[in-house]
Amino acid sequence: MTQARNSNSIVDAEINNPLSLSRNLFSRGMTVIAFSLTGLALLPLFAILYKILSEGLTHLSWKVLVSLPAPVGVEDQPNGFANAILGTALMVGIGTLFSVPIGVMTGIFLSEFGRENKAIANTIRFITVILSSVPSIVVGVFAYALIVVTTKSFSGLAGGFALGIIMLPVVALTTEQALKLVPASYRLASAGLGGGRFQTMFRIIIPSALPTITTGILLAASRAAGETAPLIVTALSSQFWPPLVEKLGEIVQSPVGAETIAKIQEIPQTLLTPTPSMSVLIYSYASSPYKEQNELAWTAASVLLGMVLLTSLASRAVTRKRLQNR
Amino acid sequence: MTNSSKKPKKSTRKPVGITTHVDLTDTNGEGLWLESGFTAFVWAFAIATAGTLFWMSEVIFKDAWPAISKFGLEFLWNPKWDIGELQFGALPFIYGTVVSSAIAIIIAIPLGLSVAIVTSENFLPSWVRSPLGFMVELISAIPSVIVGLWGIFVLIPFLMPLQQSLFNNFSWFPLFSSEPLGPGMLPAGILLSIMILPTVAAISRDVLLAVPVDLRSASMSLGATRWETIFKLLLPAASSGIIGATILALGRALGETMAVTMVIGNSIQINQSILAPGYSIPALLASQFREAQEELHIGSLMYLALILFAITLLVNAVAVLLVQLIGVKGAKN
Repeated sequence: MTQARNSNSIVDAEINNPLSLSRNLFSRGMTVIAFSLTGLALLPLFAILYKILSEGLTHLSWKVLVSLPAPVGVEDQPNGFANAILGTALMVGIGTLFSVPIGVMTGIFLSEFGRENKAIANTIRFITVILSSVPSIVVGVFAYALIVVTTKSFSGLAGGFALGIIMLPVVALTTEQALKLVPASYRLASAGLGGGRFQTMFRIIIPSALPTITTGILLAASRAAGETAPLIVTALSSQFWPPLVEKLGEIVQSPVGAETIAKIQEIPQTLLTPTPSMSVLIYSYASSPYKEQNELAWTAASVLLGMVLLTSLASRAVTRKRLQNR
Repeated sequence: MTNSSKKPKKSTRKPVGITTHVDLTDTNGEGLWLESGFTAFVWAFAIATAGTLFWMSEVIFKDAWPAISKFGLEFLWNPKWDIGELQFGALPFIYGTVVSSAIAIIIAIPLGLSVAIVTSENFLPSWVRSPLGFMVELISAIPSVIVGLWGIFVLIPFLMPLQQSLFNNFSWFPLFSSEPLGPGMLPAGILLSIMILPTVAAISRDVLLAVPVDLRSASMSLGATRWETIFKLLLPAASSGIIGATILALGRALGETMAVTMVIGNSIQINQSILAPGYSIPALLASQFREAQEELHIGSLMYLALILFAITLLVNAVAVLLVQLIGVKGAKN
């Protein structure tokens, strides 16, 4: 192909026949390979989403969301996982309570105080990034050693603590990013008007970064809601309502008086008992030999995935918009 | 900075009720108290976050001590794990973790690189490219227990004929030398590769995009085709970043728990065939911690957790440093 048709001008031939067959084939072939591998990479995503929608949504009903798991073999009792939904919410709540103050403060340090202490800020940022990549089962083992061994009971508190440790670096790093998006002119303006660091931070910077920080916290919480490994070694599971929810129900129903106060005092103990969660329920029902439990696992997976993906999508949409606005 | 250039103008009248003697260097008062308190708080919490990592290692090390003092380093290559006899060794789990992660990495690199190239080059209009990259990243948002559920009910039945034919035709090859049962190293590795794919793809994409456009244009104008540019210029230029991405993905694969626990088969026997069931360190921790009673058993599990912690810490630190290094270099360009 590359042979000159006109022996006088090799250049002419090169221009008329720019690409040899082998180079052309290589180029086209690689394009085809790359596209098919990309398709192959996307296949599992669609397969998972399809399977979860088709299996999960067929059994999804209001009844499933509000009733307790029925004992195996009982036909006439409503079967559901309301306790697991509440348990997940409870433990993610504990994790959020614990990780948000520490995480946001660390984010403030990294973005605002890091300027004058670059070396320290870089070290802390590096450790935080490393902390976010610690396997979640190791975090679970840590919570086990710290809380389960001390209190001698698998508990929702230990589970919540483990989830909090998992959320902490995510909250810290997203807060740092959020604060960095606030224009420097805001800080200068605040300082120019005589605002101190505290005032600048809490009156100006945090309010304007609040939507992004909230998104980061939501993202961390949704990630924590899907965690299973740390909960298996800390919170275990149960077939009943989370004890805290039950206790709160009793308090609401009982007449106001000394009895109520006694019940309120019992609340801390309710956190020291095994607590159900969506992810552990999916895990144990997935390997169950009973068909109805397998079906419930799919339904729970569709609910959990719905929650996680919606938060993830929403938060990405919000952050992207913010980034573009700048 | 706050110096006002404005000079006091004609209004010479003093405002009523404002004292003229304002000491700007005043160090009394709530403002300063608030200020230093706030600073102390921020420092304390930041150090607490960083300290968590050390606290974690200290606590796990302390609880692993009974096993460390009993078995020493021999624990690492002892293949025996017998709860009844209180004999514990980590070899089957280290082997399973390494093999399943290796399978995952081998599969994830070509797939992840393809996604990175397709979404960073201009094969497709950008309104197709960014949703494509986004969809791949969405995989990482799926909780691993759901991936595991899918693995049990969809992937294993789907892989069964493939595994069977591998055994039927290649059973002379050590890697395929056992009758497949369904769950095993191969399904676990494939599931892991799905889960680490977004890590490889996203970071490689960022690194490829960071290669200066001038280099691309220069290569193309010298007559190189698109793929020649990719292979001879882009990939070598981005290679350290891609290696960083791969190591980061390896770190995730080593620590991934639920999906692996659900499909690896949980067998303590070491088998050279990847069609056979195995066990990984995270899977063992997830499945035995609940029942562990003996101090030595708990200690051995803690020892394993410590090993996993140390390995992933090392792997991730190397990867993060590598990726950061590229970032610094990229910024200078």
